[in-house]
Amino acid sequence: MNRQKLQRVLVTSASSVLAIIVALVICAVILLITGKDPVKAYSTLFGAAGETKVLQGMLNRATPLMISAAAVAIGFKMNLFNIGVEGQMRVALLSTAVIGGAVNLPAPLHIAFCFVVAMATGALWSGIAGWLKVKRNVNEVISTIMLNFIALSVVAWSFDTFFRLDKEGESTSLLVKTKDLPRSAWFPDLVDRRLNGMLIVAIVILILFWVLVWKTKFGFQLRASGANSGAARATGVNPKRMIFISMLISGALAGLVGMRALMGDVHAYQNNLAEQQGFNGIAVALLGRNHPVGIFFSALLFGFLGEASGRLQLEDIPKEIVTIMTGIIVLAVVIINEAVKRWDDRRIQRRAAAMVEAAS
Amino acid sequence: MSEQAQARGDFAVELRGITKTFPGVIANHDVNLSVRPGTIHAIVGENGAGKSTLMKTLYGMHQPDEGSITVDGVTRTFRSPTDAIAAGIGMVHQHFMLADNLTITENIILGNEPTTSRGRIDFAAAHARIGALMSTLGVDFDLDAPVSSLGVGQRQRVEILKVLYRGARILILDEPTAVLVPQEVIELFVTLKRLVAEGATVIFISHKLDEVLANCDEITVIRQGTTVAHTSPRETDRRGLAELMVGGDLPDPSGRDTHVRDSVLLEVAAIDVAGTAVGSKLALDQVSLRVRSGEIVGIAGVEGNGQFELCEAILGLVPTVRGSVSMEGRDISHTPTRERINAGLSYIPFDRHREGLLLDAPLWENTFLGREDNRRLTSGLFTRRRAIEADSRAIIDRFGVRTPSEQVPAFALSGGNQQKLVVGREMASDPKVLLAAHPTRGVDVGAQAAIWDELRHARDNGLGVLLVSADLEELIGLSDIILVMYDGRITAQLDPAEATPEMLGTYMTGEVQGARS
Repeated sequence: MNRQKLQRVLVTSASSVLAIIVALVICAVILLITGKDPVKAYSTLFGAAGETKVLQGMLNRATPLMISAAAVAIGFKMNLFNIGVEGQMRVALLSTAVIGGAVNLPAPLHIAFCFVVAMATGALWSGIAGWLKVKRNVNEVISTIMLNFIALSVVAWSFDTFFRLDKEGESTSLLVKTKDLPRSAWFPDLVDRRLNGMLIVAIVILILFWVLVWKTKFGFQLRASGANSGAARATGVNPKRMIFISMLISGALAGLVGMRALMGDVHAYQNNLAEQQGFNGIAVALLGRNHPVGIFFSALLFGFLGEASGRLQLEDIPKEIVTIMTGIIVLAVVIINEAVKRWDDRRIQRRAAAMVEAAS
Repeated sequence: MSEQAQARGDFAVELRGITKTFPGVIANHDVNLSVRPGTIHAIVGENGAGKSTLMKTLYGMHQPDEGSITVDGVTRTFRSPTDAIAAGIGMVHQHFMLADNLTITENIILGNEPTTSRGRIDFAAAHARIGALMSTLGVDFDLDAPVSSLGVGQRQRVEILKVLYRGARILILDEPTAVLVPQEVIELFVTLKRLVAEGATVIFISHKLDEVLANCDEITVIRQGTTVAHTSPRETDRRGLAELMVGGDLPDPSGRDTHVRDSVLLEVAAIDVAGTAVGSKLALDQVSLRVRSGEIVGIAGVEGNGQFELCEAILGLVPTVRGSVSMEGRDISHTPTRERINAGLSYIPFDRHREGLLLDAPLWENTFLGREDNRRLTSGLFTRRRAIEADSRAIIDRFGVRTPSEQVPAFALSGGNQQKLVVGREMASDPKVLLAAHPTRGVDVGAQAAIWDELRHARDNGLGVLLVSADLEELIGLSDIILVMYDGRITAQLDPAEATPEMLGTYMTGEVQGARS
């Protein structure tokens, strides 16, 4: 039985590892075609792994990715594709910067207050998509994409109109921000200016995610609804309720994605804050197979690639190769997962048949 | 004899030593079949014996690992159904492949449209050809009517026309009578006999022995993946054929003493359920019934006459417009599904894949499904993995589910074992009322007998069962009373001791709507 479990883990991780290898090979070909030396590129890229500074940066970058991947993964468990993490995060960023900046509380309370505001705003935004899906049967992919556009525009407009600090007076500064958060709302660093403590929060979220999805009744019903909504419904699990709740949880997590940047780094809202981290969570969740352990390692990989890509420029290799690599990894993982699953399904079926045969 | 015949090439279809292996299902090994032209040749076997695999081989849907296929004396390799069609083989599927909103003509010519010189569809030519085929078959349709206006038997006739239109001379019919009531079965055979008289050859797959014995010229019996006998209605009888099919030991649904007690467990009082489309007629119209402790109430009816909605309404999955549902005297009309289940209602769903199982999940999660409020299996908000696994093993043992362990995903089991798992799960919580929809559909004889035994045993201990089944013998054998549903209403109440399948058939078509006796 333990062997079976080990095999399952191996098969599951194999497809992700394979996807990474495929991406490395394809990128090497691209480098060759453009006249760059892939060996030099990769040795520069992965050579950076030895440096403490790079590793700290990796962890720092991985922090929001873990949270946004968890937000995406909880949707996937329910067969919902929440592409709206980016928009939910953006709405939560501004509301937390504004509301969190308007109150004064003792430090731990203030941080908790900011988290609650961020989660509530994120959930509110994703709840719109959930409500549309449940009440009007609007596909959540469409509605979350549209809500992303709306979020981006509404947030940018209201920031510009109401909340930017240097609206009056000598606004020559390029860094347009909201008012700074009070110090009590700053999330402490683990390593000063290098690694923020939100990493601990992200890891706790992954652990809670695992407990919720795999260890609770609710998680079982969530997975059952995702695996076969007809069967779940027949046993009295209300599919609409599950859809709505999972959208709310997903949005609440999405609200926390930008908090490392807001509370741990810039301490004020600006328009490019935490940009793309919501979208990148989708890639991390896919590569991590929607499992907390997988998500953890995928987030580290993406964090590392992001951090080390700067080194490539020193060797006159465009750092965009890392973006290309990320894209290929996502494509490859989707294709390879499907192929591996088919192969593995056949293998399991054959083995089960053989074992039954042998027993009789 | 067959060697000589082969040499003369007098068989329309001849299969020699066909072997096909699949993981997890009984496939074919060393299958031999010789079909004479101009005959109706039956292939009989239990569900899961390998009939469908054989037919898929013959229709080119997959390639055999070993063996040869000879059609009209020519050895062939079918890489796809297209090759089989080119060789004159046509398949009438059990589930019709018709587009409802197209006309009969459009459905028949779909993919083979005759065109005029200007590239348009030549409907005149199509009508002429279909007209000729219809007179051969002895049917008469308004070719411009949409297929949606046709009944099940007529749709099947359209399927046959479609296959003939493509030039098939050898027709394979896969369990064609499964969806028909007895009167339609008679009409189907009239049609098939006319076809055969015109020189066509029919391969008729069935597990219904009476119709095979009454209508077919020759019979090949398939058991556990291999052909075990070749016979004809002159040489055998029902008993003999059945024994060939199952290899001895026939399960029998009957053998009932009445154990019905007085306490009413489930009462459905004059419920109405709205139809799915806006403005359509009621899916259930004034349906009332009672299930007492120790009683099996059978529901007969052609599929789609309200049986599904009845089960959904009792479970609380669809709202009732009027009327009430009560369990043990307590009105549960407005109780959520989960609470009804926790109060002792269980459900073996119509389609185990759509509503019964999480195919990709391990068996232990499947046996846990719907039982999340069981105190033994959970503590507070959390699930107890070890208890659930142990409970799953107990269900697997008790119901004889053949599997290496409870960690195997459900898709790896054969259909019969999947069904046993579903039945086992539903019985494991000691329900008071069981809604059993086609509890033995698509399972092998052994599993069927085991499931019947469990139902009888639980009934003897006071379980009330609402049994929906398309297997009329199962209904007659197990039920204490049979209700016939037609068009969303209960149109007749029959005593199984006096009912025959033919009689049920008359009621099921809605021709006769007997007063409730």
